[in-house]
Amino acid sequence: MKRWSTGAIDPLDARRVDRRLLIVTLLMLASLLAILGRFAQLQLAGHDAFAARAENNRVRLQAVAPNRGLILDRHGRVLAENRAAYRLVMVPERVDDRAEALARVDALVGLSEDERERFALDLTRSRPFQPVTLKTNLSEDQVATLALERHQLAGLEIEPYLTRYYPHGELLAHVVGYVARLDAADLARLDPDDYRATTHTGKTGIERQFEQRLHGRSGIERVETNAQGRVVRVLDRTDPVPGEDLRLSIDLDLQRAAMQALDTSSGAVVALDVASGDVLALVSKPGYDPNLFVNGISSADYRALLDNPYRPLFNRFLSGGYEPGSTIKPFIALAGLDAGLISRDTRVFSSGVFRLPGHSREYRDWRRGGHGWVDLEAALEQSVNVYFYQLAADLGIDAISRELALFGLGQPTGIDLPGEYAGVLPGRSWKRRTLNEPWFPGETVITGIGQGFTVVTPLQLAAMTAALAGRGRTAPPRLVDPAEPVQVIEHDSAHWQTVFDGMQAVIYGNRGTARAVADRVPVPMAGKTGTAQVFGRPQDEDADEREDLPEFLRNHALFIAFAPVDAPEIAVAVVAEHGGGGATVAAPIAAEVLARALGEDGADEPSPADRLADVGGGAP
Amino acid sequence: MSTGPIDLRPGLLRFDGWLLGLLAALMAFGLLVLYSASDGSMALVVRQAVRLGIGGVLMLIAAQVPASAYRRWAPWLYAGGITLLIGVLLFGVGRGAQRWLDLGLLRFQPSEIMKIAVPLMVATWMHQKPLPPTLKDFAACAVLIGVPTGLIVVQPDLGTSVLVAGGGVMVLFLAGVRWRWILLGLAGLVAAMPLIWSKLHDYQKNRVLTFLNPESDPLGEGWNIIQSKIAVGTGGLTGRGWMEGSQSRLEFLPEPHTDFILAVLSEEFGFLGVAAVLLLYVAILLRAMHLVGQTRGVFGRMLGGSLVFLFFVYLLVNAGMVSGVLPVVGVPLPLISYGGTSAATLLTGFGIIMGLYSRRKLMR
Repeated sequence: MKRWSTGAIDPLDARRVDRRLLIVTLLMLASLLAILGRFAQLQLAGHDAFAARAENNRVRLQAVAPNRGLILDRHGRVLAENRAAYRLVMVPERVDDRAEALARVDALVGLSEDERERFALDLTRSRPFQPVTLKTNLSEDQVATLALERHQLAGLEIEPYLTRYYPHGELLAHVVGYVARLDAADLARLDPDDYRATTHTGKTGIERQFEQRLHGRSGIERVETNAQGRVVRVLDRTDPVPGEDLRLSIDLDLQRAAMQALDTSSGAVVALDVASGDVLALVSKPGYDPNLFVNGISSADYRALLDNPYRPLFNRFLSGGYEPGSTIKPFIALAGLDAGLISRDTRVFSSGVFRLPGHSREYRDWRRGGHGWVDLEAALEQSVNVYFYQLAADLGIDAISRELALFGLGQPTGIDLPGEYAGVLPGRSWKRRTLNEPWFPGETVITGIGQGFTVVTPLQLAAMTAALAGRGRTAPPRLVDPAEPVQVIEHDSAHWQTVFDGMQAVIYGNRGTARAVADRVPVPMAGKTGTAQVFGRPQDEDADEREDLPEFLRNHALFIAFAPVDAPEIAVAVVAEHGGGGATVAAPIAAEVLARALGEDGADEPSPADRLADVGGGAP
Repeated sequence: MSTGPIDLRPGLLRFDGWLLGLLAALMAFGLLVLYSASDGSMALVVRQAVRLGIGGVLMLIAAQVPASAYRRWAPWLYAGGITLLIGVLLFGVGRGAQRWLDLGLLRFQPSEIMKIAVPLMVATWMHQKPLPPTLKDFAACAVLIGVPTGLIVVQPDLGTSVLVAGGGVMVLFLAGVRWRWILLGLAGLVAAMPLIWSKLHDYQKNRVLTFLNPESDPLGEGWNIIQSKIAVGTGGLTGRGWMEGSQSRLEFLPEPHTDFILAVLSEEFGFLGVAAVLLLYVAILLRAMHLVGQTRGVFGRMLGGSLVFLFFVYLLVNAGMVSGVLPVVGVPLPLISYGGTSAATLLTGFGIIMGLYSRRKLMR
């Protein structure tokens, strides 16, 4: 019935399309009429109701910030809390001349450049009727001054609010972190609706890591206001969901004891629960007062922190890289035992010098003249370098890398804190990748005593010690949500015992390098000293090179330990910067922490010496 | 209705004086509202006037092109548009959604071309085919519409994809697709709703949910709807007067000079103002439809009818959104909202309509 059109007018087709065009036109007119009806409904019928809603905007919605969750220690003691304070806010639409109002406030209580900038930023993200903070943490005098001048300050209000407070100051600064004012970068990262009423956010530490759980969800309030924009009454409200309280695994007493034990040294102390991975103490000294940051740190205070040669802002346990020194030896020993290269009774003669066959370079022992014939226990007890030079050379770098990697060297421990440094696991592939150079045999030799390229963080060292104490069974260190412990390293159980015996001899042996702390801990402990050469000193810091500051050139003292030896509960790692040898400075700190942590349990038990006599191990 | 002055100087410049006059009146009023909505920014108004001027030039150029030329170009324009859309997916720029091609000097949105290219291509296809369309032609046109629509959906730009698909479908409707099939298609669309819903992005779902219940998110997405309705309602019969809209003054209204400019107009000029503007739109639609009805052959009727429909959909969706009867999608009020792209497209469409019509007169 259809024919192909030749492009000429086909009246039938055209009429068909015209019919449809008419239908479309009528439909369009009908829908526009409906729209007109809708506008009539809103503007004529609904006018009074809408006009009332618009008039002075009497009824308003405002977001209500949730209370931030508390941070507690393992026994429920408060580490971060919310305190009542007063702030000055401005309702922008109620102020005719913003510049004049700011000038008046400046004259009354002073306004810093920072406060002006933040106010300007907050202004851009708020509705005209929403109060914008001008000045926080008002002193009583300032509150009084402002209240007195109230009639002059239309659109300005003094508002109570909760501010974050850290009662323990620098003791936990590097763990808990701090909150500070939201900045533009935070706003881009966070949910704008949920943070509409929120002024602060976690910047470092637990406060940042667990921001979402600590923050909660904001609520909404429908309020009636008077002509000045002040809230007259709350009509209804959806309550905010307060943030979760976080209970950390930290033991406040142990933390304080560890901080005090460091005494005048800068450094780090880490104590872990061997079975669960719970972090019991986590110290980076010196710390700083996190309260300074909450309401905006003054540039003078900040400068002082930056210029402090002890670098208080630097998180040593998490980001500090140290040479492990002789604390690496127990792990090298395990690798040797497992490879079958040595046994408990293998003896090596230490003449004080080690030389690779065919090489002329001498690797010296720490004691001039050497230690004579030593077995593994004695080698650990006296930290005999020659024994470990020989063992490392026999093992080769690949076996050493493999073993150290099992213990987590070169990888972040996965602790629930931001900014962890991974350290350096020495090896062929690492060196090729980073330095583009082959591995040399001499580098294997010094790796055996923890020198050369190896870099650990104190946290890593503690985690490695916990894995050792747990005979390979370990959980990653955690502050908030514990992880399941898993068997990560398989070794013959006799091999673990051999290394434990050697480390016990470090404390209780006649020639043990840490025998000075033998009677400090009420339960048998095992440990290992270490000395790290100072490296990574900023080259451009002249102060470090000045002769009147020899302390900065001194070596770092290290110590790792766990206790009780039979059923290890606590593992500790200590780095005392510029403390010299590990035995004199670091070992007593570790002993102090262990004594504190285990003291009550061990009070009624036989003295370590008695127990050692019973099991027949220990001192030679 | 009078056919008005046409072809004042045949052979030189062809246009329809009535339509041009009505459009100019609408745009002039639009600039007046824009001045108020932008809080008295003359710079903004001048910039918009320049854009509208460019759109007007495009319209006059389009009016000079004969229908046969459009049919010759249709496949090329269509293929070129598809290529650019694929290019957008591969090299596009934009935050979140990839909608733009960055040509160094300017960024532009290829989906905009498709608003004209798709109805043009479908009309060209159907122009030599028997009417009403056979199932085969219907299927072929469905593919012609579906491919660009799909490419725009994945950008993602739901609003534009609906406009592009709508233009193509309208050509098919005008071509006389049987009512049975139309009902079948609608039923299929309804049946596909759950699938479409599951493919929507979260923000798109939020908009629909918020539209259904604005009070559920009164400070977020629902804010726009609530505040817009208050602004409209406050206007009353005669409005608060030019530059006197307190809702927009106090920054209650989001984007008062772009998608929500109709709310400003409603508040300041009241119901009478809205009615006057709608009357202007209706006059434009009727005049354009009249021209379409006068064109020679079915090609011009199908294409022209579809282009008028596109203009109408802009108006309907925007007015529906501002008055709270349709979900908030980013569709501007045609020729009044601040922005040059949609104005250029719409004015070019009117140019095509004028061109189709004036051809008829020449060839008679």
